[in-house]
Amino acid sequence: MKFERYGKGIAKGLTVTIKHLFRHPVTTQYPEQRLNTSRRIRGNELIWDNKKCTGCATCAKACPQGAIEIMTSPDLIENKYKVEKYQVDTGYCIQCGLCVEACPYEALFMGYAYERARYRRGELVQADEMLLASAERPRSGYMYPGIAAELPEQTLLIDRAK
Amino acid sequence: MLSDAGLRFELLWRTLPPDWPGGFWWHWLVFTIIILAFVLTLVMGFIYIERRGMGRMQARLGPNRTGPFGLLQPVADAIKVLLKEDITPARGDRIVHWLAPVVAFVPALMIFAVVPFQDGAFLADLNVGLLYIVAISSVSTVGIFMAGWSSNNKYSLLGAMREVAAVVSYEIPLVLSITGVILIAGSLSLNQIVLAQGIPFILLQPLGFLLFFIGGCAEINRSPFDLMEADSELVAGFHTEYSGMKFALFYLVEYGEALAISSIVTTLFLGGWRGPVLPPWLWFLLKVFIVFFVMVWTRTTLPRVRIDQLMALAWKFLFPLALINLLITGIQVLAFPEALPWVMVLVNIVIMAVLVLVWSKLFKLGWGRVEV
Repeated sequence: MKFERYGKGIAKGLTVTIKHLFRHPVTTQYPEQRLNTSRRIRGNELIWDNKKCTGCATCAKACPQGAIEIMTSPDLIENKYKVEKYQVDTGYCIQCGLCVEACPYEALFMGYAYERARYRRGELVQADEMLLASAERPRSGYMYPGIAAELPEQTLLIDRAK
Repeated sequence: MLSDAGLRFELLWRTLPPDWPGGFWWHWLVFTIIILAFVLTLVMGFIYIERRGMGRMQARLGPNRTGPFGLLQPVADAIKVLLKEDITPARGDRIVHWLAPVVAFVPALMIFAVVPFQDGAFLADLNVGLLYIVAISSVSTVGIFMAGWSSNNKYSLLGAMREVAAVVSYEIPLVLSITGVILIAGSLSLNQIVLAQGIPFILLQPLGFLLFFIGGCAEINRSPFDLMEADSELVAGFHTEYSGMKFALFYLVEYGEALAISSIVTTLFLGGWRGPVLPPWLWFLLKVFIVFFVMVWTRTTLPRVRIDQLMALAWKFLFPLALINLLITGIQVLAFPEALPWVMVLVNIVIMAVLVLVWSKLFKLGWGRVEV
């Protein structure tokens, strides 16, 4: 005679829940506590290097959304293109990273940040100087292992529970 | 006209008790205020414990934004609910819809009239206290059925039907499991029962306690028996159409009834206000909180049961075991009134273990074709 439905399963379940009561909770209190994101995150905004950019528009061709707009004019004295306007509508951007992969001159990077909500649609359109790298706009290590090595290591919830 | 009014006033004056507003009315006033304050504050405490405790058991934090440790969360909830628009369904029954929360809430409050907070400290020393509780606690169901019917909503009505079916079924094992306590204590008055508990009745009546706790949880629709307000299938059951103040009242009923069941379990099985060192009322509160914590614990652990499982548990498991428990307790009280209490404790625990084991073999759904 086999006994199985006398409440053994219930007792097992109860011990599991009571153990959880004394466990470290896995939730993070977001605005106060922040986890480090992946070092290769494809973050919210593109970072553009205006010194390396040649205005070849490979990124604009690679973009599946058509979110990148480039205007160039030929500089006949120095024999190259001058970038007059480099504009990204980040509202259309799907963070696929194809433009970064396509860039032959290492002039385009994914952003490391993830809090880039705006109040107006117009503010999503960014151009020229707004796209440059700065302390508030660090570059992500996506496609560039050298940059990734300098970024802080990602926090894993497994590490926090210890 | 004037003399007529004067005559009426004099008649009213004569019908009052001679010592008005003497001891009786002061007692009434003081304890009414105490009970109202007790229920309202403890319900808030319960909501806090439930949300935080459940959160921690699910490895979350629970509400922790409002006030220190989120202590003001129930207050914020209450304010939010009270400020919401009060809607009555267009083709619903307005009067019944309005009356239902009141009918549900008042009995939940009335239960506390006979619960002793310490020796002799209660609103009414009824010598049929337990009978009164059993009678009054089932009136809440009428309010809930009124709510379901008047909402003019199929989900509300379905939830209310399930509620009535469950309460009617669970009332029987609930009352039968109390009877064992009454037999041992020899009284229906809750204060007398507490005084009779030299050792808590949870030890003398372990099976009775188990049955009463399960039945009580089902009676007040707490998870895992909350299928009358199963959110995933019935929206919110009987209070789908309720909002604003009336919804707040139903919310209050839910936790008020949990408080009532915790208080009754404390009084009947855990020795009520009795305990060493600490003052009696503090012991009472402490035990109430412990019982409620066990309710939260089971709620977090167990998944919701189906309606056929609910009915089968009442009629095939709780009801026969309650009858057997009554029989065994009767034999013990009649045949061995002089037996040592600790021997009885051991015997009763063994009897409980054997009965639960045996009944787990007999307990089947759908003649054994349906997996439990």
